[in-house]
Amino acid sequence: MNIYIQPEYEVVRDRDRCIGCRVCERQCANLVHSYDAEAGKMQADSALCVNCHRCVCVCPTHALKIVKSDDTYKVNGNWGNQTINEVYRQANSGGVLLSSMGNPKEYPVFWDKMLINASQVTNPPIDPLREPMETRLWLGKRTSVIERDERGKLKNKLSPQLELKVPILFSAMSYGSISYNAHESLARAAQELGTFYNTGEGGLHKDFYKYGKNTIVQVASGRFGVYKDYLDTAAAIEIKMGQGAKPGIGGHLPGEKISADVSETRMIPQGVDAISPAPHHDIYSIEDLRQLVYSLKEATDYKKPVIVKIAAVHNCAAIASGIARSGADILAIDGYRGGTGAAPTRIRDNVGIPIELALAQVDQRLREEGIRDEVSILAGGSIRSSADVIKAIALGADACYIGTAALLALGCHLCRTCHTGKCNWGIATQRPDLVKRLNPDIGYKRLVNLVTAWNHEIQEMMGGMGINSIEALRGNRLMLRGIGLTDTELSVLGIKYAGESM
Amino acid sequence: MRIDAKGLHFSALDRAVREAQEREIIIENCIGQRYIACGLADKSVTIEGTPGNALGAYLNGSVISVRGNVQEATGDTMNGGEIVVYGSAGDATGYAMRGGKIFIREDVGYRCGIHMKAYRENKPSIVIGGRAGSFLGEYQAGGTIVVLGDNLQGKPLIGNFCGTGMHGGEMYLRCERIPTRLPVQVKAERLVKLPEGEAAQLVREWCKKFGKDSDGYLHSTYYKLTPDSANPYKQMYTAN
Repeated sequence: MNIYIQPEYEVVRDRDRCIGCRVCERQCANLVHSYDAEAGKMQADSALCVNCHRCVCVCPTHALKIVKSDDTYKVNGNWGNQTINEVYRQANSGGVLLSSMGNPKEYPVFWDKMLINASQVTNPPIDPLREPMETRLWLGKRTSVIERDERGKLKNKLSPQLELKVPILFSAMSYGSISYNAHESLARAAQELGTFYNTGEGGLHKDFYKYGKNTIVQVASGRFGVYKDYLDTAAAIEIKMGQGAKPGIGGHLPGEKISADVSETRMIPQGVDAISPAPHHDIYSIEDLRQLVYSLKEATDYKKPVIVKIAAVHNCAAIASGIARSGADILAIDGYRGGTGAAPTRIRDNVGIPIELALAQVDQRLREEGIRDEVSILAGGSIRSSADVIKAIALGADACYIGTAALLALGCHLCRTCHTGKCNWGIATQRPDLVKRLNPDIGYKRLVNLVTAWNHEIQEMMGGMGINSIEALRGNRLMLRGIGLTDTELSVLGIKYAGESM
Repeated sequence: MRIDAKGLHFSALDRAVREAQEREIIIENCIGQRYIACGLADKSVTIEGTPGNALGAYLNGSVISVRGNVQEATGDTMNGGEIVVYGSAGDATGYAMRGGKIFIREDVGYRCGIHMKAYRENKPSIVIGGRAGSFLGEYQAGGTIVVLGDNLQGKPLIGNFCGTGMHGGEMYLRCERIPTRLPVQVKAERLVKLPEGEAAQLVREWCKKFGKDSDGYLHSTYYKLTPDSANPYKQMYTAN
């Protein structure tokens, strides 16, 4: 016996506006809309609706809207509708609950509890429209001791660096979890913006090798698509130890999503599950991690920075300290609100910690130990705006990874059903008829627009603080003040309360 | 070209191998240097002594022979080529290898062939002369593993958790009785002799390399392990 579950959202059609053109029907991969020929009007089955807003956006007469259902179980502060429905779903099926995209729960967002400084009178603000405002930066190991020969020339050999024109990179999203056209959009945008996109652990499609200079390739526990050419083509190599949306577990791309093209890119047979084990089975210690870092450096002749990506977890400051000593050039930390193409709901919603707190603690710890220059830090896991980028850099990041924001730019409406593979926006799907809805010529421009706009805002905020180089903002926590935070939160973030002076 | 590895740091030794103009390289007095021949293609490397971890990782088509034992993660993510070990190998041998062959004269440690996968013309294979530690072929997604069971000295042919999460490829275990405690994902089939095909060919190659007579090895009882599903976790989830 399956208990009926009332749909959470309802499709509402304005009958006066609907002209029966059936575009909603053609555009919905979930088959919500249908035409009733007898009655001569459109119907909608709300039970099938995932609230992706595709029909709302394409309806030529704006006759559609999706509303939250006002149907409710007896109101209960402890047992909410969602909580009850999840129990029903599991009792119906016996399955592990599976969700997509970042943790949607109402945990505190610390970005929104930090305020940015501005100069007044002394150390005057700078107008970025009139004066140079540098957002270019380099990621990689720095030398802490500068050595010169007898003629005063630098003796140091700098480790390989990544040069970015903007402090924003596109975070790891695999081909398989997102579409060919989404990948093409990201790659072309990264090239135009002078930054990087990340293949995730799904390998690199042969068509995209030409974007290698703007590509970070990932090496994860499944090692999908990892081979010499893949490593040689990339600008940097990222070892994925963890992901903010699902710390401590691996990944699993179901066989039905392994199309011919995805199979070629991952270098695995078609239709067979692609399983990434939770751990790397050759890494049980920092020494073992060091071994993978160096085997990758050896395989690429020490020409590329190696990034180690971890999920933000309770002990991440100590883990980061180990990673900074492992030979890695860059450390990426992914907060618990980071997105995913599929994760068990309970893990996504309950495991890990906010990036704001993790980042502040990692930066603090590396500074205390005198090893902050051993690695650059990338922060990700729900960077939603240019203000979040500024705050992250002031907390100690060198630059930020954005994933969800990039997908939103491509049309994603955060319906959080990527795991069904029926993305009406052509992003999280491999169905050719859906993929073609995302035009990469338009998609890449939208990404360029977004990051360019953010970069202007970043320059304005920097100018306001009287800072003309993004590298001078890094770890400059005096530029932040907390609002509505407890003493403990302020101390973890390492910032003062709003109104407290220097 | 001969390289004396005595006292050489791994980075110097590995650079010498990488940049060598000659295609035939012999490394003498090897003692624990790691990452030898990482990603190497089109060379032949003979090693006398004991190379360190990650020998031939990402190997892309060279031949490596080791006159001695090898340590951990030999042939990690190997794509092509051949590694021949005249001795035993440590843990995680052939981790995630996608192509090429590894021949071990004696035993291997834990997690051998874990997450091996095949892809089109790339079909990885590992032949082990002696026995294998626990987690042999865990998550195996393709390719062939053969364990021949020489010199067991009363110890089991394989350790625990053989083939856990296996969803592709095949394993051939040369033994009279089915190994105990095989996981549910694995089907076992008894073979009175090794049938003609890829596995038999691999055993012949192994015999030739190590100077053994292949008849005895081919005409033995084997258990062939294959996964019972290419999609082992399909029924596990409920969309939320």
